[in-house]
Amino acid sequence: MAEQAHAHGDHGDHTSHYVKIWGALLVLFLISVIGPIFEIPALTLITAFGVACVKAFLVMKYFMHLDAELKLVWYILAGSLVLMFVFFFGTAADVRNHEGSRWVNVAAQAEVARGMAAGDGHHGEHGGGHEEGGHATEEGHGAEGEHGGTHEAPNGGH
Amino acid sequence: MASKVIANTRTAAGLTTGKLAIWWLLGSEIVIFGGLLGSYIMHRLGHPEWANYAVHTNVWAGGLNTFILLTSSLFAVLAHQAAEHGDGPKAAKLLFATFCGGLGFLCVKTFEWSNEIAHGYTITANTFWSFYYTAAGIHGLHVIIGMSIMLFIAYNANKGKDLHRVELVGLYWHFVDIVWIFLFPLLYIAK
Amino acid sequence: MSDNHADHGHDDHGHHHEMTFLEKYVIPLDHKYIAKQYLLTGMFMALIGGFFSYAFRMQLAWPGSDIPMFGHMSPAEYNAAITTHGTVMIFWVAMPVLIAAFGNFLIPLMVGADDMAFPRLNRLSYQVFFVSVVLIIASIFVPGGAFGGAWTAYPPLSAEPTYNLTPTGSTLWILAVAVEFAAFLIGGINFIVTAMNARAPGMKWDRVPMVVWMICIASILFMLSVGPLIAGAVMLFFDQVLNTGFYDPTRGGDPILWQHLFWFFGHPEVYVVLLPATGMVAEVITVFSRKKLFGYQLVLFTSIGTGVLSFFVWAHHQFVAGIDPRMANIFTVTTVLISIPIAEMLFLYIATLYKGSITFSTPMLWALGFIFAFLIGGVTGIPLGASGSDIYLHDSYFVLAHFHFTFFPIAFMGTFCGLSFWYPKMFGKMMNDTLGKIHFWLTFLSFHGIFIPLFVLGLAGQHRRIFDFTNYPDLATPDLQSVRIFATCSLLVLLASQSIFLYNFFYNMFFGKDAPANPWNSSTLEWTVPSPPPHGNFGNKFPEVYRGPYEYSVPDRELDYWPQSEPS
Repeated sequence: MAEQAHAHGDHGDHTSHYVKIWGALLVLFLISVIGPIFEIPALTLITAFGVACVKAFLVMKYFMHLDAELKLVWYILAGSLVLMFVFFFGTAADVRNHEGSRWVNVAAQAEVARGMAAGDGHHGEHGGGHEEGGHATEEGHGAEGEHGGTHEAPNGGH
Repeated sequence: MASKVIANTRTAAGLTTGKLAIWWLLGSEIVIFGGLLGSYIMHRLGHPEWANYAVHTNVWAGGLNTFILLTSSLFAVLAHQAAEHGDGPKAAKLLFATFCGGLGFLCVKTFEWSNEIAHGYTITANTFWSFYYTAAGIHGLHVIIGMSIMLFIAYNANKGKDLHRVELVGLYWHFVDIVWIFLFPLLYIAK
Repeated sequence: MSDNHADHGHDDHGHHHEMTFLEKYVIPLDHKYIAKQYLLTGMFMALIGGFFSYAFRMQLAWPGSDIPMFGHMSPAEYNAAITTHGTVMIFWVAMPVLIAAFGNFLIPLMVGADDMAFPRLNRLSYQVFFVSVVLIIASIFVPGGAFGGAWTAYPPLSAEPTYNLTPTGSTLWILAVAVEFAAFLIGGINFIVTAMNARAPGMKWDRVPMVVWMICIASILFMLSVGPLIAGAVMLFFDQVLNTGFYDPTRGGDPILWQHLFWFFGHPEVYVVLLPATGMVAEVITVFSRKKLFGYQLVLFTSIGTGVLSFFVWAHHQFVAGIDPRMANIFTVTTVLISIPIAEMLFLYIATLYKGSITFSTPMLWALGFIFAFLIGGVTGIPLGASGSDIYLHDSYFVLAHFHFTFFPIAFMGTFCGLSFWYPKMFGKMMNDTLGKIHFWLTFLSFHGIFIPLFVLGLAGQHRRIFDFTNYPDLATPDLQSVRIFATCSLLVLLASQSIFLYNFFYNMFFGKDAPANPWNSSTLEWTVPSPPPHGNFGNKFPEVYRGPYEYSVPDRELDYWPQSEPS
């Protein structure tokens, strides 16, 4: 009953077609390597991630034959991807930021300041002796009083 | 043939059982890598100092690996085409070429990592390097798994058996390739 | 995936030759035997989880006393006991029994297939699961004891051996959980693919029995939510073993990240175990009220809606963890929203009962008990989902009683409901109905006897993770202590009454009355084959499906049920 939905079901020889796609991928790859040379952040962003998206699109469309697949497959993959965006935006509000509405992550801010001051090099490295450096200040909104003491692990959960 | 189950041959959803399973598998892989890379990106955005650590990654090694994986993906899709034409030995050869691509990828990786570790950029150096090794390591594990399965399928394809599996392992390999397409700018290009 | 097994020497099973004991019971390929392996493993793990609950409840009722069969309990042992209880009951009891055992047994039979789509993958899934069982049991006996950082394993407590003092136990714990996820990923993909692709001719989407839908949706939820936590588990493992700093803010990491990763999985996980239980309840209430399921499509849409919404609510577990209050507002709204579809589902079940001709058999009692108890669990969740009241109630016994009022109905009432209903099909024998009813009433009443007092204690301000209340004058009053003793005594009754079930289960497996093919006059496909079904389920004649699964009491028909595979 299942009609195998292959665009290339005609069994012709598509080798040159695939090689062309491969060539396009290599050109895009070169663009992504060359991009940062101009040292324009916006351009780097486009050549790095915009090009990566185009590359992924080409591989999915022509190598994985996603356009010839059932809609169902598309829903599976897109659904997974959308959930990752949900996860990202739900989580980044707390993890990406180091301060927000009535809270501040003192330890993370200190780490950023220390790393920026150290400049490059391995000098961003940590020895083992860092542990005493302020676990207690994670997510320091305890200063507000009514939340005090609530962030001692384990917080447990429902 | 005695052990073939009917359940495996039915296609009520409109595509073969093996393909349906591989798409679900890739869906679950998307969320594994999505969770990992999402965590990395939000840390990276919150820690501008990581740009200073990222300059020590080897763009040439990463770039060479991108080239190798893209090329092996080409071999994988050509192997699929050969299998569609019923040419088992040719599919096996092309799968073996893909396998060699994976091998080359791992060689470059070994060289790259040993060089970095020798310079003190170990997994515990700081959290950037922790993410670097974890993300590339989980990806590398997928490469190794894909290579092993590919060798097994190539062995059978050479004898003309289970040719439909050539496409399935190819789909997995393209996915591994796509993950690297995103890892490359995330770990190497963005400074 | 294979067309030809000749090239896989290690598992070249002819299905039709006489199977040895090893092939039939230890490494079976048949979905029904794999289901029984999961079921018995889950029951064994329930005994372990139950034993730990006994131990820590005794400690809370009579602090410092010698506990029979356990001895004197130290604070570290108390923490290990609650952690192991929670982990085992969710990951090694609810998951294997509700999804793996019932999914394996029911999906191929109910969709009219001879086995799962990938029988060898199915067997592999149990074997991987078995490794995780060995790991989690081993973690109890290693030096330093089992991990004691709660089943949620928040860092830094779980990441730093210098804090948790269980270096081996916590590493084995995270390994066991990760291996278990791998097992259920393999199994889950198999369930989804079987239910989607291996349906019998005529089994359209609106003719699939509700329990198959629910197990399938649950597997999808599991598959899509567990990925980030697998990545997170690798990071936690590296933090423990290699001393990386993924969850250490002083080294560029973030402990809150783990909480997000955990609960992004952890909340859908509630629905992963809930949906199969509600599916089984749906089957049972239609059969024993001899009525069509009220609003088949609506039940289906509510369960899909619940599944989708369950991905948007996770941070309600973290209202006091330091998340941004603006995000807390959003998660409050989504959390309160999710009560709409799930409440609607229960109303549809109640509507199914309305004007039915109800038989109060054992499975029906469990189904009704499930609806009653789960409604209490759901309603008490609303004050916890609202961030304002949650800040007061968080980490109190109110939370604990709330989620036991959801998980106990799911994992035990749902399981007993399904087990007493499908036992004849699984083992070819009937269970004793009188013993079943005694077991139901003792379990049902003692369950409420445990957890209703805990709501009271929680509102009195009793924190979840305190080993001994004698140091807290406000909580050590004789009144509150007598409430604790009452809850513990109820637990003893609950645990003791399970022996009735175990007797009923194992005695009848060997000496029970032989079961007919269709003891409950049910219309779904699994009842058209002998009890227990033969290897390959349907012999050489595979069923064709002509109608929906719930055609009961159809007018102008002699029989009050109408098998799905009977031509009109």
